[in-house]
Amino acid sequence: MHSNKYTLGFMTIVAVILGSFLSVAAGSLKEIQELNVENDSKKNILSCLGFKEDPKSPWGPNEIQNMFNKNITAIVLDINGKRTNLDPKTIDAETDENNFPIYISKVDKEIKGYAIPISGKGLWSTLYGFFAIEPDGVTAKGITFYAHKETPGLGGEVDKAWFQNNFVGKKFIDDQGELVGIKVVKGKADPTSNYEVDGISGATITSKGLESFLVDDLRKYESFLKNVRQG
Amino acid sequence: MDFLDKKSKVALTDPLMKNNPISLQVLGICSALAVTVQLNTAVVMTLAVVAVLSVSNTVISLLRTMIPGKVRIIVQLSVIATLVILTDQILQAYMYDISKQLSVFVALIITNCIVMGRAEAFAMQNTPGKSFLDGLGNGLGYGGILISVAFFRELLGNGSIYGYTVIPESLYAAGYQNMGIMVLSPGAFIILGLIVWVHRIASGVEED
Repeated sequence: MHSNKYTLGFMTIVAVILGSFLSVAAGSLKEIQELNVENDSKKNILSCLGFKEDPKSPWGPNEIQNMFNKNITAIVLDINGKRTNLDPKTIDAETDENNFPIYISKVDKEIKGYAIPISGKGLWSTLYGFFAIEPDGVTAKGITFYAHKETPGLGGEVDKAWFQNNFVGKKFIDDQGELVGIKVVKGKADPTSNYEVDGISGATITSKGLESFLVDDLRKYESFLKNVRQG
Repeated sequence: MDFLDKKSKVALTDPLMKNNPISLQVLGICSALAVTVQLNTAVVMTLAVVAVLSVSNTVISLLRTMIPGKVRIIVQLSVIATLVILTDQILQAYMYDISKQLSVFVALIITNCIVMGRAEAFAMQNTPGKSFLDGLGNGLGYGGILISVAFFRELLGNGSIYGYTVIPESLYAAGYQNMGIMVLSPGAFIILGLIVWVHRIASGVEED
């Protein structure tokens, strides 16, 4: 039997060694982890704005950075749709009610599209993604999701190309100029409709959730997009 | 493998078939159900468990004469938890996409009964070399089942193997459909049950 003194001493040493080991490891990996998170979000912004990655040769971290810096301008809008001097990195898009980050895609000084962060509840989890808008301010350019915990194969299909591609070319503003959003319908969408996309079978709640937070998030940018539409 | 004596060989190979942690001892079921929708997550999970299990067994075996009996479980858990957190951090740094898919399940290796079980049942009584082999064997035995389950779930549920579609378009055109249940937990239960059944018949194990 070991004495209590030994036991206490032993535990202290174990705790100190393991603790310092972990803090050194976490500290030295922190930078590269943060870079991963940042690159992941940049990659999503690029991909919803139509910069498609070749699946055979995925973008490396440097390519993502270069492409983002070259083509994307990130700014923050205030509640009236006016540009502010804030840095988008400092804004929590999910909770901030007054400042809205927006990512503008410019190629050769010509605006190619706008991407906005979207987030909201599905069935099990909050979905996070980006929604891209054509320069006309009424047409969807693309949608991506980078984090969610929906059921793989059902709600999880939101991050698949077949679902995301359906959004491209749909309109979220009707002919009267009202914000109507994009309906995610059960089963097949009416092919003649500009305002709806195919739902995911077996994932009605995820689909409905997406439909409702998409329109809510678009509403935040309405004052800015109104100006875009007027040219 | 002549360079191993008999007992080491048994420590390494027993858990692969005869005394498999999942199919014979029915441990580690939670993650076997959760991360087996696709092969690539199952493979990374296997690597993570193999790494944690073999290192934790070795470390605990090295400390086995020093660990006070009263607090041995706490010491084992501290070592295991440290290794799991380290694995999780490394995955987040170097395999970000896969670590996103594995999400909470890497952290849950801490509570995987196999890891604690081997530390308590084997590493506390055996030399570091043998304990390492025991950890390696159990990790691979666990991973073998994980990968088999994932193989069937991905093939039947998604029509692909390791992300590559293998079911031809013509079959889908002829009316074949992916089995939706395979991507859900019940599908994992069914496949795992069948694997345990077949494995037990093959290894001749009978419950009392």
